[in-house]
Amino acid sequence: MSPVNVSMESLNLIALAPMLTPIVGALLILIVDLFKIGLDKSLYVMLSFLFLIIDFGLLLDSASVFSQAGTLMGVFDVILIDGLAIISQFIIVGASLLFIALALTPKRFHEFSYPEFFALFLFMIGGFQFMVATDNLILIFVGLETASLALYTMIAMHNRDKSFEAAVKYFTMGALAAGFFSFGAMVFYALTGSIEVNQIAAVLNANNYADIGYVLIGVVFILAAFGFKLSMVPFHTWTPDVYEGSSAALAGYMSIVPKIAGFVVAMRMFEFLIHSGIVWLEVVLYIVVVITMTAANIWALVQDDVKRMLAYSSISHAGFVMAAILIGTTQSNSALFLYWILFSFTNLGSFSMLWISRQKNLPSYQSSDHSFDKFSGMIKTSPVAASIMALFMLSLAGLPPFALFWGKMYMISSAVTSGYTVLALIMALNSAIAGYYYLKLIVYMFMKEPSAQSISSNGKVYVSNASTSLKTIIGFAAVGTIFAFIAVNPILEFVTSFVYNSGY
Amino acid sequence: MLDHILSILIFFPAVAAIFGFAIQKDSVRAYGTAVAAIEFALSLLLWYSFDSNVSGMQFMEQVALIPAFGINYILGIDGISLFIIVLASFFTMIGIASLSDTKDEKNLIITLLFLQMTMVGVFAALDAIVFYVFWELSLVPMLYIIGAWGGPLRIYASVKFFLYTFAGSLVMLVGILFMAYFYYQATGTWSFAILEWYRLILPESFQMWLFLAFFLGFAIKVPMFPFHTWLPYAHGQAPTIGSVILAAILLKMGTYAFIRFSLPLFPDASVAYMFPIAVIAIIMIIYTAMVAYAQKDIKQVVAYSSVSHMGVIILGTFALNVEGITGSIFLMIAHGVVSGALFLLVGVIYDRRHTKLMSEFGGLASVMPRYATIFGIMLMASVGLPLTINFVGEFLSLLGFYKQSHILTLLAGTAIIVGAIYMLAAYKKMFFGEVTKEENKNLPDVNKRELVALIPLTIITVWLGIYPKPILEPINNSVESVVQLMHDKAITEEAKSRIPNLVKGVEITKTSAKEVH
Repeated sequence: MSPVNVSMESLNLIALAPMLTPIVGALLILIVDLFKIGLDKSLYVMLSFLFLIIDFGLLLDSASVFSQAGTLMGVFDVILIDGLAIISQFIIVGASLLFIALALTPKRFHEFSYPEFFALFLFMIGGFQFMVATDNLILIFVGLETASLALYTMIAMHNRDKSFEAAVKYFTMGALAAGFFSFGAMVFYALTGSIEVNQIAAVLNANNYADIGYVLIGVVFILAAFGFKLSMVPFHTWTPDVYEGSSAALAGYMSIVPKIAGFVVAMRMFEFLIHSGIVWLEVVLYIVVVITMTAANIWALVQDDVKRMLAYSSISHAGFVMAAILIGTTQSNSALFLYWILFSFTNLGSFSMLWISRQKNLPSYQSSDHSFDKFSGMIKTSPVAASIMALFMLSLAGLPPFALFWGKMYMISSAVTSGYTVLALIMALNSAIAGYYYLKLIVYMFMKEPSAQSISSNGKVYVSNASTSLKTIIGFAAVGTIFAFIAVNPILEFVTSFVYNSGY
Repeated sequence: MLDHILSILIFFPAVAAIFGFAIQKDSVRAYGTAVAAIEFALSLLLWYSFDSNVSGMQFMEQVALIPAFGINYILGIDGISLFIIVLASFFTMIGIASLSDTKDEKNLIITLLFLQMTMVGVFAALDAIVFYVFWELSLVPMLYIIGAWGGPLRIYASVKFFLYTFAGSLVMLVGILFMAYFYYQATGTWSFAILEWYRLILPESFQMWLFLAFFLGFAIKVPMFPFHTWLPYAHGQAPTIGSVILAAILLKMGTYAFIRFSLPLFPDASVAYMFPIAVIAIIMIIYTAMVAYAQKDIKQVVAYSSVSHMGVIILGTFALNVEGITGSIFLMIAHGVVSGALFLLVGVIYDRRHTKLMSEFGGLASVMPRYATIFGIMLMASVGLPLTINFVGEFLSLLGFYKQSHILTLLAGTAIIVGAIYMLAAYKKMFFGEVTKEENKNLPDVNKRELVALIPLTIITVWLGIYPKPILEPINNSVESVVQLMHDKAITEEAKSRIPNLVKGVEITKTSAKEVH
């Protein structure tokens, strides 16, 4: 056996630095915990915060490397640092920075008293970063599972009956999805002898999709796997229950970060398949996209809990964004990232508003923790909170000039540009349907009379869980939502150049 | 300062509204009146410095917003939009000044100031996306006004208003994006600037589809039959101030947008759809007039009559010649003044009796003589009596359409007579005869606060009815350039012949003048 001869430079280990940072951070938190137990959560929050900032800084570095030298491969060509990887890591780390500050609540919650929560959190981020920065199906799988297992545990740590249910449900569905994914990957490996997406694409293109039946099987398995992860209809059933069971902050986080990671992998996987000219694939994806958008919207109409409503709404948004992968042009792929950046601001903001109104114990007159009734007449008792909540709802509905409108507009424009006229109209009309349930909350807040309880508590119930850091995050999200029109141009230019230079 | 007067006009009320949060509750009305008065003074300054001999855009401003996608913040006005802006600031001012005591007055006034920002923004925007932003944003304050201060069905009415308009606008957004894409295909750059779109000549088939996409958004806003069903609810439930602003300004966004977008962008489609739209307009005039006659509630009568008159505006717009379009723009202003005043008058009686049913009244002329007089003048204006403001607009609109079709114009003219019937019948029920109800015997006549709003409106109604020239002339100049643009852009023979060529027209008069000599 000849010795393996690999030069350290060709490994390009520096490419790993952003992903390794949160993992080092997680290990450090565990070590700190070993030495002294019973430290306050604020220490762990700040440690996580610091590591995420370092992570963000390293990402800035790799972004500048990318804009000069183009796509970077490393570690036996397993790691792939292209534009998609960098933008999605920015979103992942940025949203995590916003999320982790939400742990600084005045009320004590079970999960935050464990340092393991923060370690798991950082492991999860590392997992997602690995997942987006590769086109190796095995590494994608490893990253996905690392992140998902950590996430299941974090949900369960919320320590409510419903959160155990949610965690187990999510775990079971996730295990099924993992099975589907590995089976799909196996089919592709059997077909092409490779587990790297670009190799698979090259081989399939070279033999002109000779074994179309097997490709179909592989695609269906992969699509089902990502259907679970991205909560596409009909694989969405876990979503509302899981969101309801987890804390509002974590639910908001789940609606953003795992999905962007999923979208990037789906983009890598489906990009070449869409452009292969196989019609049925396009049809399948078209149907999934339209049904996800529409059905989720209709379900959201009949919810009587705000968190469940937002869960269905985020399914609908995911369907909307999935359309970008169906369209598959540079404009649509850039629109996906633009949309998701703006969405993460708005959606984290609205879930944080639920989070600060979190009650420790459910009062007897409420059916669920965030029922619509709870918010009736909020403008009378706490006008500022009501206005901010309304702002997030209007932004989610796509009302200009608030953040999400620009994403919607650019996305619909990309559909128009590529000739998907009917899809563009469906997207537009779905936004109108969605308007109704976002409006429902505004109607409750602004047009109904407040309940006796909220008058007697003088609106305290809506901000009972607020602290300065939470208010800062919400203020940040609100300012970002209102003044998005200033930020759209730089984001758009940045995203477009990165997506274009990655060849998507 | 005049370089940025449009931006100031748009954002001054919004900034003032934000400061308004800090004002103590009892003093907020004075604050609101002061802000609206400053705004109105600024709009008069705009009118004063407006050069009415120039037909193109004036006071242009441009700031890059999203240059990567061709979206710029472009403002500018011409004779078409100038007077609607003045009207908007005028109505906000008298609306706030004459506001009757309501709950949560502070929230209402702040909302009205935000609404004013969006209203001025819509009429000053020259970029389709900026236009769309203000167009959509105007829904939110109105939603709140109807939903929070309205009648018993207010939530249903406000949500219906919002969703109806929102759905239509989203289809329009798709149309806007298509238009930008066609511009991109033709020139290689993205642009949403309306003035640049004007230079684009589209194939007829594209025009037909895009016209429909824009039409849906505008028609719901106007509202045109059969999309008018939200309006009676909105008017029926809205508080007085809401109805006044809705009827006087917000509905005009739709008709204004037809002139700003549909006609110059799609001249061939406009000609092709001229008769279907004219038929819809006439159905709208006759049908809503008949519905108005059947109403028991005076506010519903005014609401349906308002829809009926919007039909005349549409008819004038789709005459596609200078007389018709000038008339329709003048009628927009006239309709704003008259229906705004009528809604204010209905509000006056509602404040006193808390009912709007006509059967509850009768013989009010002897109890409230001043009220009856002003109501009478406004009613005469509404039915289009000569020497009132509505007459000028209706006459020009019908004259314009007479050149396109005699029979349809005749039908529309007859319908206006139906208008006279229901209005006079309503007036008779309310004001003449014996005072039958005990509660009506001691009703106080209009007070000073109400007169603040009503007297200026009455003066405008009569003054512009007798001497419309100061307004007609700038409108006419701008409309001429629009019509000429349409003629130049038209592709089909049909369109070329339907839309008059003004340049040639001038030549003909010159030659005929020579012949005379």
